Amino acid sequence: MKERIGVYICHCGGNISDYVDVEELSSMMKDENGVVIAKHVMFACADSNQKEMINDIREKNLDSIVVASCSPKLHLHTFRGVAERAGLNPFNYVQVNIREQCSWPHSDQPLDATKKAVGLIRAGIKRVANSKALENTEIEATKAVVVVGAGVSGMRAAIDLARMGNEVFLIEKDFFVGGRTAQSDVLFMTNQNGKQLVELLYNEIRSLKNITLFTGAALEKISGSLGNFNIVIKINPRFIHDKADEKLLNQSISECTVEVPDQFNYGLTNRKAIYKNYPEALPDKFVVDAKALQNEKAFIEKYSSCIDIYQAAETLTLTAGSILVTTGADTYQPKENEYGYKKLDGVITLPEFKRFIELNPGKLIYNNKTIRSVAFIYCVENRQTKGENKYCSRFCCTSAIHTSLLINEKYKNIKSYHLFRDIRTYGKQEILYEKSSKQGDIYLRFEEKEPPIVEKQGEKLIVKVKDYLTSKKEIEFETDLVVLVTGMVSRSDSNTISEKLKIPIGNDKFFNEIHPKLKPVETVIKGVFIGGSCQGPKNISESVQSSLSAAAKINALIKSGKISVDPIVAIVDTNICVWCGKCTEVCEYDALKEIKADVKNVASVNKASCTGCGICAPVCPVDAIQVAQYTNNEIEGMIDGFMQKIEMKEKSVETKVEEKEGIVTMKEYPQIWKQILLSIDEKPKTIPEISKELEINNDLITYHLMTMNKYNIVESAGMDKKETYYLYKLKN
Amino acid sequence: MGNEVIRPKILVFSTDKISDPGIDQAGLRKIHYSPSVYVISIPCSSGIKTRWIMHAFEQGFDGVFIAADGHECSYSPRCSEHTNKIITDSQTLMKEKNISPKRIRMAAICSVCAEPFANHMENFGRILSEIANNEDEANSRIKS
Repeated sequence: MKERIGVYICHCGGNISDYVDVEELSSMMKDENGVVIAKHVMFACADSNQKEMINDIREKNLDSIVVASCSPKLHLHTFRGVAERAGLNPFNYVQVNIREQCSWPHSDQPLDATKKAVGLIRAGIKRVANSKALENTEIEATKAVVVVGAGVSGMRAAIDLARMGNEVFLIEKDFFVGGRTAQSDVLFMTNQNGKQLVELLYNEIRSLKNITLFTGAALEKISGSLGNFNIVIKINPRFIHDKADEKLLNQSISECTVEVPDQFNYGLTNRKAIYKNYPEALPDKFVVDAKALQNEKAFIEKYSSCIDIYQAAETLTLTAGSILVTTGADTYQPKENEYGYKKLDGVITLPEFKRFIELNPGKLIYNNKTIRSVAFIYCVENRQTKGENKYCSRFCCTSAIHTSLLINEKYKNIKSYHLFRDIRTYGKQEILYEKSSKQGDIYLRFEEKEPPIVEKQGEKLIVKVKDYLTSKKEIEFETDLVVLVTGMVSRSDSNTISEKLKIPIGNDKFFNEIHPKLKPVETVIKGVFIGGSCQGPKNISESVQSSLSAAAKINALIKSGKISVDPIVAIVDTNICVWCGKCTEVCEYDALKEIKADVKNVASVNKASCTGCGICAPVCPVDAIQVAQYTNNEIEGMIDGFMQKIEMKEKSVETKVEEKEGIVTMKEYPQIWKQILLSIDEKPKTIPEISKELEINNDLITYHLMTMNKYNIVESAGMDKKETYYLYKLKN
Repeated sequence: MGNEVIRPKILVFSTDKISDPGIDQAGLRKIHYSPSVYVISIPCSSGIKTRWIMHAFEQGFDGVFIAADGHECSYSPRCSEHTNKIITDSQTLMKEKNISPKRIRMAAICSVCAEPFANHMENFGRILSEIANNEDEANSRIKS
């Protein structure tokens, strides 16, 4: 038990003390068990106060401190730092939130807010009294990173990680790098060619000796933990001998007659069974579709010196200190007959249309028909009120508008209709919307409850829509092509990746970060980070931003070769534990294992894997597990502190001002008002005079005087002699 | 200190990453709720022990509210399942001690759920007052 506790209660300017009687609180806390010093301070976080706290800790030999101020989200680390600088263990410090959870929500009841603050601070004192000094655990870390997914996000992050001196293993499931960016001819905003961008990154990867790229490779098994993950990967064969004669291989390709639908082009074209995704695809190596060639025995026999469809997959174990997942996303595949998709001739998705544009450099001809008009239908299976995909995919409005600009530039005189719910060309992308409007594109707004209807009337493709921009007028027009603007969905294999790496998946089925604002690339699995669109819809810039942010975080984590692990983890009392295995059943992180103790088997915690979530604690039938900082003594002590009887003392200083009941009940005043009223009780004073007397800055005094004036508590009494300031006096 | 208003005392277990910011936001936006609501921040609602809940009732709390992450829990996809089990186990113990099982509640409170949190507190406070009134009535009937 801590017996020399220091308590600091913050005014936060007036944010707390306007509603909570901090002076009364500090005088009450002096009498609490173990409290050596209790002070109220104007700004606890101010440098001057931090120095004073350090002096107090040293001079009065404090063994723990409590700061009652704002939310721990803001200053927990500030005051842990204060404790550490003064030589205290930073975990012998407790922050009590008397602002966001007391003075502000109860500003309508200042008296009750003060009483609640008493309970909150007492709970903090009991908690800190039961706190234990904790030390971070230091573990050795391998200075290597596995980056899963070689799309633009993964490639860019791999380059930065390598440049910062880490060994990088870049794993790509496909046989070629670049992901969805490689499928883009022209990228929006920069008009850069997607394939060239991929080539640029690939060449840089090749130039960096500390990046090893594995294509056709997938995660098989992960073991170990932060600092030392063991990652087993399966490398699928290309079914081409390493030393195949290039001339003979080229001959085999030209002679190969077996064709299959080309998935890279969404089945719009066929490809040969020996293929590359596109002629410049990287790495510049062909792949054999062994399944498609399995019946071509004569062909295989003829080219057996180059092709071997019986090559086996290899497995390899990599060791890394951290893992970055940049596996990207899929685009939504419409159901059959959704807006006539796969049923009506002339209905395709936006990703298919973009491939189609690239494959048709001269004229835009679809099924032998020259395309003169295109109707884009937005938000297909996105932003659903009742469906699964409630989110907005962010990139698709801009992508569709950019495509309409592209086709008009490339093929000339193509009429574009945009059937939208809302246009979300945020930031600089708005320029494209303006350009599209200027080129004469027609925008028709529909509501989710009344989606457009696509139908065939004879040979004509007809679109009907109720346009909310023209008082729900039903508009019907003929178009040559309907393009369904589909959004992003999580990858079909995201569950498999999640199971292997234990990354939580959100309701939207994308990977979950710890916090979208405060920890946007960290996952609850220590050492596992996410970047790019695997965590939610993003365009290329945003994807790269997040993966680079993850790269920086990873480098900071492993660069020294040692990682300091947070001590807030589960603790097993081996005297009580009788090993039943229930804790391991609920642990999502394999952090608890059975070990042999002297005479029995007990549970043991891997500190590097344990997240401190505490899920294991309530399931223990003998209550042998507790989480550091959330022990039974600490939590139950807090409950006792909340419920302790409150006896508040009457304040002598209030006697004088309480006589002025005519204006308002003085006890209900914020503390700072009382001080101001006392200051101007004798004679009118200016703001600087009050400020000087109370040692509170001018701005704060001005703010409160204005409020008091508004409530008819004070009034101005002419100007001062210099005629610079108003004089303030009590309103009679 | 003037006339005291009797309000049910509610102990809230709130998750530090998701629910706490929601509760903080209620304060930031000066959304008022009862000052007899006290919050203990924990990493995950699945880590709450039944003994803590029972201790709260023994010490005089009228109700326990679990502000959970629900499906947004970043620790476990089975978080709701685990938390439900804790509540069910607690309710069994509560019944044994003649404490109404309605005195414990759970709801998902996310980082922007400022108003929903204040509404939950108001509703739960009302429910707890009704329970107390019914219990008082039942006790007076027994006595008479």
